[in-house]
This record gives sequence, C-alpha cells and structure tokens, in this order.
Amino acid sequence: MILQTLSFYLFASICVASGVMVISSRNPVHAVLYLILAFFNAAGLFVLMGAEFLAMLLVIVYVGAVAVLFLFVVMMLDINFTELRQGFLQYLPIGALVGFILLVELLLVLGSWAVSPDAGAALVATNATVGGTTNSHALGRLIYTHYAFLFQCAGLILLIAMIGAIVLTLRERVGVKRQNVGRQVARRREDSVVVVQVDSGKGI
Amino acid sequence: MVDSLNSAFGKAELATIIPELFLAVAAMVLLLTGAFIGEKRAVRATTIGALFAFAVTAVFVVMMPYGDSGRVAFNSLVHVSAFTAFLKVLILLGSALALVLSIDFFEREKIARFEYPVLVVLATVGMLVMVSAYDLMTLYMGLEMQSLALYVIAAIHRDNAKSTEAGLKYFVLGALSSGMLLYGISLVYGFAGSTNFTMLAPQLTDNPEAGVVIGLVFVIAALAFKISAVPFHMWTPDVYEGAPTPVASFFAAAPKVAAMGLLVQVLTGPFGGMVGQWQQIIVFVSIASMVFGAVAAINQRNIKRLMAYSSIGHMGFALVGLAAANADGLTGVLVYLAIYVVMGLGTFACIIAMRVNGKAVEQIDDLAGLSRTQPLVALALGMFMFSMAGIPPLAGFFSKFYVFRAAVQADLYALAIIGVLASVVGAFYYLRVIKVMYFDQPAARFDGMTPGVALVAGSTCLVTMLFWIYPASIITVATRVSALVIGG
Repeated sequence: MILQTLSFYLFASICVASGVMVISSRNPVHAVLYLILAFFNAAGLFVLMGAEFLAMLLVIVYVGAVAVLFLFVVMMLDINFTELRQGFLQYLPIGALVGFILLVELLLVLGSWAVSPDAGAALVATNATVGGTTNSHALGRLIYTHYAFLFQCAGLILLIAMIGAIVLTLRERVGVKRQNVGRQVARRREDSVVVVQVDSGKGI
Repeated sequence: MVDSLNSAFGKAELATIIPELFLAVAAMVLLLTGAFIGEKRAVRATTIGALFAFAVTAVFVVMMPYGDSGRVAFNSLVHVSAFTAFLKVLILLGSALALVLSIDFFEREKIARFEYPVLVVLATVGMLVMVSAYDLMTLYMGLEMQSLALYVIAAIHRDNAKSTEAGLKYFVLGALSSGMLLYGISLVYGFAGSTNFTMLAPQLTDNPEAGVVIGLVFVIAALAFKISAVPFHMWTPDVYEGAPTPVASFFAAAPKVAAMGLLVQVLTGPFGGMVGQWQQIIVFVSIASMVFGAVAAINQRNIKRLMAYSSIGHMGFALVGLAAANADGLTGVLVYLAIYVVMGLGTFACIIAMRVNGKAVEQIDDLAGLSRTQPLVALALGMFMFSMAGIPPLAGFFSKFYVFRAAVQADLYALAIIGVLASVVGAFYYLRVIKVMYFDQPAARFDGMTPGVALVAGSTCLVTMLFWIYPASIITVATRVSALVIGG
C-alpha cells in the first residue's frame, strides 16, 4: 500500500513538474521532450488505477506517434519562438488575474459539489456491460458494441475533417512533374535513344 | 453479453436510423462519384444526386412508423418520434432549397467544387443526428458533425479574404462554444452519473444543486451560440457577409432548425424538471435577441448583414414559444421555424438574383427602382419583407401570432409586449427595403434569374402569400407532434 502511495506521488509530481516545463521552457524541442516525460508519468498513473490498456495506449499512441510528430513539426517550422513570447510579460498581470478569478470560481463550484443520490445506480446501469473482464475487453465492448452508433458518428466526423482539409488546402500547381507509370512502361528504346556515328576529330 | 451484441446491430435498431444511414451512405457515394467523373461534370451530378438523396431521406423519415412514444435504439442513444420527424423534414427541405440556390452560382463565381454538395449532405446528416439525440454524447457528436462541415463551407471561397475570415471566425468561436458545451455536459454527468436523457430526467428536479445549474447554463450558452441568439450572436453578421450567398442561405435555414429543435428537446426532456431555472434564461435571451435584432439592423446597408440581424431577431421570436414552456409554445416554435425556413430561403433567393453584368451586388441601394426594372422579383422580395415584419395575412404574421399567444397563455405578458414592440421597430428596416425598391430612382438593371433560383423564389413566395388560405396544414401537425413532447 505504501509503495502504491509513494509511486503515485512520484508519478504525479513529475507529471505536474514536466507539465510546467512544457509551457515554460525556451526551446520548443525541450518542451516536446518534457511533454513526452509528462505522458510517461501519466501512463504510470493509469497503471496505478488498474487501467493498463489505457496506459499502453498513451505510450504507444501519444509518445510513439503524436509527440514524435510534434517534434518533426517543431523542427520543420522555422518559427522564432522568442518573438512570439514578447507580449508574454505585458499580458501576464491581466492573464494572472483572469486565471485567479476562474480558479476561485471553480473552487466555489467544487466546494458546493453534490452528487445525485441516484448517480451510482445510473453509472452502473449505463455501463452494465463492463465488469468481470479485462481492460481491453471492457473498452472494446463499450466502444464497439454499446456505443457503436457514436463510434460510427466519430468516423463520419473524421471523414468530414479529411474532406475539409483537402477542399481548403489542395491546389493544382502548375509546372509540377508527376510520375506517369503508363508512359514510363510504354516508352520504347527507339523513341529515346539515338546512336550517332561520330567521325573522330570532327565533332557533332 | 451476446444479447447486447445482437441488440446493437439488430434490424429494428438499424431501421430506426435508416434516414441518417441512407444519407451518410449517399454522401460517400457522391464523394466517390465526384472524385471519379472529373471536376467539370461532377458539380452538376453531385448536386442533383444530393437533391435526390434529400428527397429519398424525407420519404424514409415520413414513412417510418413511430407510434406514440417514438422509437429508442442503440442502447438509448437515439430516439425518433413524430416530433423529430417534423424537424427532420424541415431540415431536409431547408438543405435541399439552399442547394438548389447554389446551382449555377458557384460556376458563375468560378469556385464550383463537387465537395460542396457532399459537405452539405454530411452537415445534414449531423443535423439529423442532433435532432434524434437521446444522450448528451449523441448530441455532441451530431453538433460537431454539423459544425465541422459548416466551418469548411463557410470558407469554401478560399481565395477570397472575407470568406476565409468568415470560416476562421466561425471555427474559432464554434470551437469555444463546443468547449462550453462539453464543460456543461461534464458537470451534469458529474452530478447524475449518466448522460442519458431518460436517466437524467428523474434526477434533475426543481431546487437543484449549484453545479448542475452551472452545467445547464453552459449547455444553453453553447446551443444559443448555434442558433445565434444574443449574447452569443457576434459571429453571425460577419459569417453571413463573408460566406458565399448560397452558403449564407444554407446557414440561415437548416442549422437553425436543428439547433432550435435540439434546444427544445434538451430543455423539455432531461432538464424538464428544471423549468424554473432555464425559463428565466430563455426569457432573457429571447428579449435580448428580439431587441438587438430589431435595433442593430437599422443602420445596415448590406442586405446580407441585414439578413443576419434579421435571423438573430427571428430566433428571439421563436424562443418566446420555448420560454412559454407549454405545448402551445412548442407548437408556436415549430410553426415559426417552418415559416422562417420558407421566408428566409425565399429572401435569399432574391438576394442571389442581385447580379449586375455578371457580378454579384449586395447593397440595399442596388435594389433601387427594382419595381420598374423587374416587377416580379420586387413583388416577391416585397412579400418576404412584409411577411418578416409580421404583417397579416402573410405567413410571417401567423408564426408571430402563435408564439405570442403561447407567451400570453403562460402569463409572460412582459415578454409578449416587448416582442410586439421589437417587431414594430424591426418593421422599419423591412419596410425601408420596400421603399427603396418601389419609390427610388432605378439603379442598374439586374441580370435574369436562373431557373433554380426562380423556382425557389416563386414557390416560397406563393407559400408565404397563400398560407392564410389553409394554415391548418402545418398547425394541426405541429400541435399533434408537440403534444408528444410536453404533456403527451
């Protein structure tokens, strides 16, 4: 038990600290590296909660794909980040004020928080299919069976996003040389190679 | 376990969502068709295909047997009834008419793309999902599906700075409203332990906890953004002005119906027990929208912006019916939406016809003397303006009459009086358009209408003018279906 508590505080504190570093480090590459650290520790928290499948997903999908993609984008884009930060100090007081007010308001809401007496029963009724199975089994049952309709809706939304990205950004550029496999294969030796007999000393 | 698997994909369950299913598949078929037959012919083919798909979907919606309590499917994620069928037919009508208006427009502006009809169809699928929502998650999915497609078509004229700005503005503010919606939903879920409407309804009673009220406020704020009600209206004039006119006409009709239908269902369904909490919010939003829509449009010279302010005002009037929170009020909302779709699309048809020498114009002064150059167009636009101002015996009068009557019945006298006063103020700018058309010196002559635009303008004008002959046609249906939602 004590080991669990210790590891919770270890993961949680590193997670929060690296989260702070993500937004405060000067070098964007460092920020992405801290983000990866934060993901790993969040995965550790998931394992502590018994959600090992989610933990693995977080590492594989977020660290393995998303964060690496971020890293590529940061390296590819030539953005002067120090320039972007110039207004930071100027807007800090008002930003801090707004943040503080929001925090107080959230605390007020949470302080008077109450849970409906029937909430537990509703929770069980909605997730009746979960329980007594492994993590991935339960998730799969919820996503692909219980909420199959929503899953398909999410697929349609992704399709719309894809069409939208293509509609708004794809342009026919002039002067681009494309590969035409048909023409490549149909090309014959006679069409493109000319054997020239050159008399020595005369040039062409 | 096996039971739940069978029930999720059972025939009866699939039959419940046949309209959405058909339309989604149609969108994909149109997409492939467009991609394969080449840009030139694809635009016309996909537009006609989309119109056909809308018609077939409407038949599916109408033919489905609903019974009195409607049909629930997919583990209570979806609920369809005669009420949702009414809204769905209205949405399909709005989308189809807006699509007819887009025929030829994009070709003339040289921005024709076959993706436009496909995106309109996908947005319509989202609206149908919104209307059938029986769970806060379905609601969110439908809303996002619709919104994402709308953001893209707002910016479809991507080489035009204004259109791009419209798309970007709509996207950023829309994302903000989605965030608010999710925050509100999470608060409600945290309280009740479920997102399902049937589970929520008994738990959300009068005299609720503070957290739930905050959740309710956030949900209302996000939905008010979608119907562009004050104080969440800021995006509307810019988006209407920046987006190509057929796109603006689409925005003005179907999405408004869907979001309003959703608002009605959410507030009377799961939040039905909290009438005391949401009624005052709706009353405020309604008054603010009516007054703002009436006052802010007075100085407008651009007719598309004028229509944006007008739509803000109209949503305020429709909300009067919801504020009444009784079956008569809902009838009023449904009748209002139906007549608003017809009037709004008719007006936009006239705006699309405003072209001088092949170039679109959109100032009110360009309409000067239209009664002498094109008397029929002037007559149609004049009828729409009179109708929007609420002058009897045109259709717009009936829509306002029913919502105000419901408000009076619910003892909301102040709301009804302010509403009538706002509609008097609003009449000023509608009548000014008529004055410019009939009494000013003629400006440049407009080009002729294309057949599609003429068809929409003519048919909507006839409906607006002749509605008084047989108003029971819509009103009896609206009364019957709204009784299913409240007190049925």
